Amino acid sequence: MKGQVFAITLVIISGVATFIMFIATMHSLDRTRSSFYIDYNFADVFVNLKRAPESLKEKIKEVPGVNRVETRVSAYVKLDISGFSEPVTGHIISIPDDGQPLLNRLYIRKGRLADPAKDNEVVINETFAHAHGFNLGDQFAAIINGKWKKLTITGIALSPEFVLVMRPYAMSPDFKRYGILWMSRKAISRAYNMEGAFNDVALTLYPGAKLSDVLREIDNIVDRYGGFGAYARNDQISHRLLNEEFRMLRNMSKIFPTIFIFVAAFLLNVVMSRTINTQREQIAALKAFGYDNFTIGMHYAKLVILIIAAGLILGIAAGIWLSKILGGIYMEVYRFPSLAFILKPWVIIAAIIISIASALIGTLHSLWLAAKQPPAEAMRPEPPAKFKVTLIEKTGIGRLLTQPSRIIVRNIERKPVRTSLSIIGIAVACATMIASGFFKDSVDYMVNVQFILSQKEDMAVAFTDQTSYKAIYELKELEGVHHVETFRTVPVRLKFGLASYKTVINGIEPDSRLHPLLDTNLKPVPLPQEGIILNDYLGELLGVKAGDMLTVETLEGSRTTRQVPVVALVKLYLGVMGYMDISALNRLMKEGDAISGAYLTADSRYQEELYRKFVDMPRVSGTIVRKNEIRNFYDVQAKGMLFFTFIATIMACSIAIGVVYNNARIALSERSRELSSLRVLGYTRGEISYILLGELALIVLTAIPLGFAIGYWLCAYIAGALVSDLFRVPLIIEMKTFALSAAVVLAAASLSGLIVRHKLDHLDLVEVLKTRE
Amino acid sequence: MTDQDKKVDNQDNIVFQVRDLAKIYKMGEVEVHALRGANLELFSRELIVLLGPSGSGKSTLLNILGGLDTATSGFVSYLGKELTNAGEKELTEYRRFHVGFVFQFYNLIPSLTALENVAVVTEIARNPMKPEDALALVGLTDRLDHFPAQLSGGEQQRVAIARAISKNPEVMLCDEPTGALDSQTGVVVLEALERVNRELGTATAIITHNVDIAAMADRVIHLSNGRIAEVAVNKIRKSPHDIQW
Repeated sequence: MKGQVFAITLVIISGVATFIMFIATMHSLDRTRSSFYIDYNFADVFVNLKRAPESLKEKIKEVPGVNRVETRVSAYVKLDISGFSEPVTGHIISIPDDGQPLLNRLYIRKGRLADPAKDNEVVINETFAHAHGFNLGDQFAAIINGKWKKLTITGIALSPEFVLVMRPYAMSPDFKRYGILWMSRKAISRAYNMEGAFNDVALTLYPGAKLSDVLREIDNIVDRYGGFGAYARNDQISHRLLNEEFRMLRNMSKIFPTIFIFVAAFLLNVVMSRTINTQREQIAALKAFGYDNFTIGMHYAKLVILIIAAGLILGIAAGIWLSKILGGIYMEVYRFPSLAFILKPWVIIAAIIISIASALIGTLHSLWLAAKQPPAEAMRPEPPAKFKVTLIEKTGIGRLLTQPSRIIVRNIERKPVRTSLSIIGIAVACATMIASGFFKDSVDYMVNVQFILSQKEDMAVAFTDQTSYKAIYELKELEGVHHVETFRTVPVRLKFGLASYKTVINGIEPDSRLHPLLDTNLKPVPLPQEGIILNDYLGELLGVKAGDMLTVETLEGSRTTRQVPVVALVKLYLGVMGYMDISALNRLMKEGDAISGAYLTADSRYQEELYRKFVDMPRVSGTIVRKNEIRNFYDVQAKGMLFFTFIATIMACSIAIGVVYNNARIALSERSRELSSLRVLGYTRGEISYILLGELALIVLTAIPLGFAIGYWLCAYIAGALVSDLFRVPLIIEMKTFALSAAVVLAAASLSGLIVRHKLDHLDLVEVLKTRE
Repeated sequence: MTDQDKKVDNQDNIVFQVRDLAKIYKMGEVEVHALRGANLELFSRELIVLLGPSGSGKSTLLNILGGLDTATSGFVSYLGKELTNAGEKELTEYRRFHVGFVFQFYNLIPSLTALENVAVVTEIARNPMKPEDALALVGLTDRLDHFPAQLSGGEQQRVAIARAISKNPEVMLCDEPTGALDSQTGVVVLEALERVNRELGTATAIITHNVDIAAMADRVIHLSNGRIAEVAVNKIRKSPHDIQW
């Protein structure tokens, strides 16, 4: 039983380990986040505006429910980093001249805060520092309000506001091309002529404050100062994406352990019923001596618990280890001062209870069968197993079968439940393997659709403010620029009924060559002359459908609120935005032919030169280079994806080996007598192997197509569970993923087959003839 | 014809020749001498009974004759060919084409019917009889489509005999064929064996610890302590029908 116990232990380890890994990681991140938020005073509400006098702060403070208020000055700037020619954007945020901010305090990893007496000192966020290899004292330049200025790094910091650093409305984080810079209030105010004024507010609420009322009140107050709309934590990028990540972890922690518990229970059932069957005479003897059913039942229950105890202990250890690895992978993207590893006792208790309960449920039936048998009956040898002519043979195929093939068919049909469960078990292994490949397939596809097919520009140039359409002539004249198309981006709050969502509307040129709006069928979506198109995920969040009137509250310029018809919902993989014809959007804004930026294609030989020129153009606030965006998307996703693929592959292999090997071993122990008899009759080793391994092969070959089907379903479920603001995973599974999963299952099966074949070759023919069944 | 004449007459018809056969088993750290230099011949068309108490070496002898086990030392030939130095492959082939086995516990394949249990052998044999004919020889024509679970012990053993004879083997080796059966059923089984030996001329060796059965043999070989203790010749073979125990 050694090999079988090992195989079962492997499955239990995998199940317990994934369960612990997901839940412990989730708890650790959750606890780490809440203590970071509390210790560093993460704000509850945020609002950006054009410019307001400092005196307005008092008015905000008077809003019922508002506790602490901090005003700030913030700005987006272009950075000029020597040795890195690509465009980089910085988000400068002021810190008070007397030290740490009141809210969103900084955790200084290294160095110190910027000296308010100096206007060239900055603290930068950690991921940005790591991406560029910056250290204390290093310098880079920023174009602050049109002036090139050299800055010196005095500190490297983390902030609860920027656990995940991501450019607003970007598709994925880009640590190299987007950084947070904290400067003294004095220095930044002077640079932007903001002395005695502010353009950014963070505040906390008293417990019990009514959020929607506070947001409305604040909007009323800052409205005439060009407010972009107050928003709560839930709309704050870093916080929102962390929430999404937690939700995904929670979903994952349900899927995989469930699979394992099912497989482990099944394997224990098969092994224990066989064990009990071979020991029926001992059981009968014990009963004859006066042992009661309960005592005998307990004996086997203890055996089961002993088998899973090893799996539990190792699984818990492996889970802790994996959780620390996974936590480390998260910490590369989500930055906290340190990750507090939390393993709540109930998680371990739950793991123990779930595994023991499923194992006992799996073995209960055979225990009961053993216990209920009268001793005298159990001590008699078992009569030959009952068989009948199978359905397959009745179709007439039977005549064509050789006797060994007939043995295979009848054995499979005789135990339909066990055979089906074995098939399902192996299919599940195959499906798990497909799920692991699916991540890569779908991300590849998503990137292809979103970054390659629907973004054909080489770079996107954003202007500091909405600009006249004429600005593109300036771009068109630059050497190396081939083609230019405009876009207009307006920050909005979309409302429908009680639901609201803060995002942007993208105004694009109809029949755009560079930036076509493609739906998931890769068909260009025609932009209507009036009305808005939403992606279906946003439509779902808001609860709107085509034909509904959506309330659009623009958060810049004239700050109007209008009713706009929803023309269509389209399936898009990335982002959560609305789309309009640029002219329709401008009509909505009553702004003539304003643009926010332009997409352009350029001669690759002039690319570097163009970057430089854009840095120098005061009107250009930033540039995004498409190929960098793709590379970066992969960089950020790569490690996590690799880890999940690794885990899923190990899990798939442990299930496949566990099920196939156990199946083969049980078949061998049940049939060694019959196979030895055939050997005695002159059958060769190969011929008797055919009977046992042929049955195994038939089961595995049936399981693989079923595994494809279950795998497809599992991927659809995972895709559904992974839906988030960042992306919706398309259900794309490449042929090679199916092929690889089938190959892994076949390899596991072959390995088990080889081991069994080895045992078959060493059957003791004489021994078998002496014993009765 | 005297016994001596019969022996000379049979010189060319020797199926098995056994010389100084020894077999030592290692049971843990103890060495068990199962055979200590046995000498024996089996002639064609002959029916012999091997008698002896448990541990006398009769099963070991039969297993070596049947190519199921190998000797530690000594010499066994089958139709003039040496068996003692045959490899695994040759032994398998030898069992497949030349030997019919009958065992105490029948060793039928539970998933196959009586007919199919015989067909298991006829499918791989060189010159088999039809499975139906083999079953007819043991009187089971009306049980062809029954599975082992549907047959009595005696019927199962007769299927095993049909299976053994269906390949038209040169020799039948039977290890306690009636050991698990009551006397009435045992007689039916022995009748089947006797009939096969008589009608097909298959040399037959039967192991038993039942002295009464010895009466149906041409010769009775007594084993004791790993050696042939005595060979007795029955002048007249008793019909199994007349045997009782």
